[in-house]
Amino acid sequence: MAAAQAGDRVAYETLLRDCVPFIVSIVRRQGVPSDRVDDVVQEALLTVHRARATYDPQRSFEAWLRVIVERRAIDLLRQLRRHGTREVHAPLAVECHADEAADTSAGIEYAERVKRIDTALTELPRRQREAVHHLLLDERSLKEAAAITGRSRGSLKVSLHRALNALRARMDHGD
Amino acid sequence: MDDSTDRLIGALSASLRPVRPLPSPALRTLIWLILVAAIAAALAMFANDTAMWHRMTAVPDMWLAVLGSIATMTTAAFAAFELSLPDRSRAWVFLPLPATALWVGASGLGCLRAYVLPGTHVATIEETQDCLLFIVGLSVPLSAALFVMLRRAYSLAPPLTAAMAGLASAAAAATLLNFFHPFDAAATDLAVHAVAVVIVVVAARVVGSRALQNSLPGT
Repeated sequence: MAAAQAGDRVAYETLLRDCVPFIVSIVRRQGVPSDRVDDVVQEALLTVHRARATYDPQRSFEAWLRVIVERRAIDLLRQLRRHGTREVHAPLAVECHADEAADTSAGIEYAERVKRIDTALTELPRRQREAVHHLLLDERSLKEAAAITGRSRGSLKVSLHRALNALRARMDHGD
Repeated sequence: MDDSTDRLIGALSASLRPVRPLPSPALRTLIWLILVAAIAAALAMFANDTAMWHRMTAVPDMWLAVLGSIATMTTAAFAAFELSLPDRSRAWVFLPLPATALWVGASGLGCLRAYVLPGTHVATIEETQDCLLFIVGLSVPLSAALFVMLRRAYSLAPPLTAAMAGLASAAAAATLLNFFHPFDAAATDLAVHAVAVVIVVVAARVVGSRALQNSLPGT
């Protein structure tokens, strides 16, 4: 650590890597859940880095590191305890909770509208239905639709225009 | 070791810069006390030292209160520097308690005497306001100097460290107030001193703990 304080990067990296098993053993002894051990290890390494000027080379590095790791482990355990008291794990309650803002009749109305449009579409002449199907429902370009149907672009445009007018009239009449 | 820990070690090693080990808390306390002594010397030039000396030596509770405030200032500053080190016990926070008890107790005795002995000059509201402004005002630069020194360390208990720094500054300001305090501590005066100290400690705890949390020496 004294070498790291002097700026020796290789010594520092070696030291940090050697510290990891020691840190893990302290963290586990503190009772930190196994899925959070890495969090405490990383927090302890960051603290060592930020606090490296506070290490006194005359004192034991192991004792210095041990206190830092224990404090970081306690911090995490406190955080988990706070989190545990604030939140309740109840997935069934979440599933069963009614959405008060939801409009229960919206789904039915939507299904009815879809059904009426389907009916109106089936009653259109074949060429108009064909134009609606390719250009609107399948979102094809005029060029693609013309290639598939063997019709001219103008013819498809006219058919679509007439189909939309017919559908609009039908829906307005229906409402 | 998982990949993210491995990457973190690589990043920390790559960003390593040399740092100078901090001096001991005792030495750092001494440096801050020298600053306080320098301010005291400057203030002494404007104070009536003879009158102050007579006041101090007239009754034991006066110099006991000053002794208490000086001891509080010293022990609180030392506790703050100890707490600024991540491996030190948080029990250091109790170090200034006996000195604080002496300070408050001796000041309280003076307050009682002011009522028992007729003819004692009791501070007016205006005078107590001046005391409050003096303690709070002088605590600002003293706290600032202390926080600059504390930020070089890395406290894992910033609120406690900051509160100790506040207590040290307030005690130092209250000690220096004696240069310009030509009356005994009456109940109102003592209450104002206490309020001033509490204001400084609370403000230092709130503002200082943030300053210490953000301190990232050597990164």
